[in-house]
Amino acid sequence: MRDVLIFLCSFIAVAIKQGTPLIFGSTGEILTEKSGNLNLGIPGIMYMGGVCGVIGAFFYEKSVGSGELNPFLGVLIPFVAALIGAGVLALLYSFLTITLRANQNVTGLALTTFGVGIGDFFGGSLAQLFGEGGSLSVKRSSSLFRATLPFAEDWGAVGELLLSYGFLVYLAIIIALIAAFVLQRTRVGLNLRAVGENPATADAAGINVTRYKYVSTIVGGAIAGLGGLYYIMDYAYGTWSDGSFGDRGWLAIALVIFALWRPRTAILGSFLFGALYVLPAYLNFGENRMVQYAVKMLPYIVTLVVLIVTSMRKKREHQPPQSLGLPYFREER
Amino acid sequence: MKQQSAAAVPAIELKGVSKRFGSVVANSNVNLTVYKGEILSILGENGSGKTTLMNMISGIYFPDEGQFFIDGEEAIIASPKDAFDYKIGMIHQHFKLVDVFSATENIVLGLNEAGKYDLAAAEKRVSDICERYGFEIDPKKNIYTMSVSEKQTVEILKVLYRGADILILDEPTAVLTPQETDKLFAVLRRMRDDGKAIIIITHKLHEVLSLSDRVAVLRKGEYIGTVNTAETNETILTEMMVGKKISLNIARSEPKNPQVRIEVHHINCTDRQGAKVLDDVTFAANAGEILGIAGIAGSGQRELLEAIAGLQKSDSGAVLYHNPKTGNVDNLQNKTPLQIRELGVRLSFVPEDRLGMGLVGNMDIIDNMMLRSYRKGKGAFLERKAPRDLAEHIIEDLEVVTPSANTPVRRLSGGNVQKVLVGREIAASPTVLMAAYPVRGLDINSSYTIYNLLNEQKERGVAVVFVGEDLDVLLELCDRILVIGGGKVTGIVDGRTATKEQVGLLMTQTSGGEQA
Repeated sequence: MRDVLIFLCSFIAVAIKQGTPLIFGSTGEILTEKSGNLNLGIPGIMYMGGVCGVIGAFFYEKSVGSGELNPFLGVLIPFVAALIGAGVLALLYSFLTITLRANQNVTGLALTTFGVGIGDFFGGSLAQLFGEGGSLSVKRSSSLFRATLPFAEDWGAVGELLLSYGFLVYLAIIIALIAAFVLQRTRVGLNLRAVGENPATADAAGINVTRYKYVSTIVGGAIAGLGGLYYIMDYAYGTWSDGSFGDRGWLAIALVIFALWRPRTAILGSFLFGALYVLPAYLNFGENRMVQYAVKMLPYIVTLVVLIVTSMRKKREHQPPQSLGLPYFREER
Repeated sequence: MKQQSAAAVPAIELKGVSKRFGSVVANSNVNLTVYKGEILSILGENGSGKTTLMNMISGIYFPDEGQFFIDGEEAIIASPKDAFDYKIGMIHQHFKLVDVFSATENIVLGLNEAGKYDLAAAEKRVSDICERYGFEIDPKKNIYTMSVSEKQTVEILKVLYRGADILILDEPTAVLTPQETDKLFAVLRRMRDDGKAIIIITHKLHEVLSLSDRVAVLRKGEYIGTVNTAETNETILTEMMVGKKISLNIARSEPKNPQVRIEVHHINCTDRQGAKVLDDVTFAANAGEILGIAGIAGSGQRELLEAIAGLQKSDSGAVLYHNPKTGNVDNLQNKTPLQIRELGVRLSFVPEDRLGMGLVGNMDIIDNMMLRSYRKGKGAFLERKAPRDLAEHIIEDLEVVTPSANTPVRRLSGGNVQKVLVGREIAASPTVLMAAYPVRGLDINSSYTIYNLLNEQKERGVAVVFVGEDLDVLLELCDRILVIGGGKVTGIVDGRTATKEQVGLLMTQTSGGEQA
């Protein structure tokens, strides 16, 4: 019984670690979508956040040489680099879709391809130039991101369940909770939701539609970028390798639908998706790879089921923002 | 009420206000005064400039000439925000509401009230306003679960919540049932007694007479005058509204051997909200004749044509087509356009929404010709020769100004788009031709081209149905005029003998004999 409990605690802990990039990604995408922008560039933006974080950490480590890293700078530099990298990509998306009114789907998909490509380019180039054995590693910085409270290990299973994470995990939850609060309980959130639902009405009410769209898309992108940062610096122990980020960006977008555009539900959804993601590794299928892949599909199947159910129930609160994906033209006067 | 207000300072006064859009004069030299504690009606036909005038007061347009005075001082209203600062609130015909928000969320949207965002306190304030003026609405209710009248209430609450003293309502009763209208009027009277100045745009005469203290009349952008409601009646108002007849010299031949082609029997239609849009409509359209349809915009003209063309479901009734070739009589009611065509009915339809329903803007003239002929030709490949010839033929005959037949229709001017559409519909050698506002937005020359085309079709023995908005045109072009009001036929008159006043009066009759 005790063994089962300990196993469960460690499984949940892994699921939470696995789910954290998804919290960042889906919270960022929810903020973006609430302004009416469907940013399919999120996978590229998260990737970009990750690679910029690594690059920041790498150059800081290089400048320090073999000396001691300043823990504050060691965290701050990759953190800010990730925010900037992801934010710039989100700014590009905003400029294209809001100012130039380019098609949102096409722009988003292009950004994903672009973000992944440019990430691999810089990650790969740096690895080739300075890396050992073809991979780029910032282990020293990573250990700063992975630092836990000193007494966490003394608490056994409870410690593992609650305290065994780097600070980004807690930050992800806090950001999601703040996003939920802002959306539901503040005037800014009300205005933002109005922009995504009905920009013409928001405009008539004196809300600056363009500004709201820009700010929420860029802030959303930056938050999503932290998901990439967490993945590299914490989950992957600071080791960059091409494509290892996988389909987490798409999972984050699927999660937005699963969570019905609510950041708080997205937290739980992220942990659930994280659990489904690592489940194959915990179940012993032996040689049967088929079942393993079938389990890996579960997050997407769950999302599809949610889509079908919510579409069938037609409850308006569960629908995407009404003008999601549509450019806003102010009527000619 | 009048005696009081005559001495008082006007809430808002307009002096010599004019507004032009390009070469079109929307308002010219309008003078208007509204006092506190009175209801002023603005009366006028479609396109008389009522809404433009109100949009200037509410800051959406800026006048080219003229002055505004609010509480006796000159005011510059350059934006909706300025209007709001002068405590002017406009309730538009099309509601600007966020569907998934509650009434209160919509009301406080965009407001920068001091202090914390507190929805509960706002709900309380909304309830207070409701109580004061007698609105019945739940401040927590979501917009998408509301009826049209409730949504309108939210719009009115929105401006009251912002402290408006001058309220402008753009055709507020167009979407309401008679009971809802009575309720609205009761609320408006209460607001008037509370000292608010209320301007209501309408073209329903009986409402003007029962609600307002004074009536201002506009006609084709011109300000005709203001009269006290107590000293006027329907006949005087109609005369002011439609004016004297103007001669246009449109050719009109005597119909030759008219025979019944389409008979519409007791057609009833409801829209998606469940409101009746066509109510027991019965008439006949004859071959070799132009039947005009007159009515205030949105009285059911569109639905009527679409019901005949097979685009609008009707609840009951019949649309009988007398086939001149076979002599058969077919019922077209609730058939699809394809089924209608397969019956051998050659029906051509020039819809109101040219680039939405009639043509595809991004396709060129040839491809647009093919929209009617794509079923012709054998095998999987399209026949492009015939449509190309047709397109070139139309360009030449109707003098369509276009770089080539391969130009996307969207790039042509309004008149040329209409020529392409009418040309295509006529080329199908129809037996019935229905045209909704075919000259809307066209210059004089293009308009006459269209009139001539319609006359040509009439002489060929086609039953032409012409929905128009300019009474002078209807009276000179049509052999008979069917007048529709609120989805009902209010009368069918002879185009040669009817007067403008007669038609105008029929148009404003929404409910048969009920009115005063």
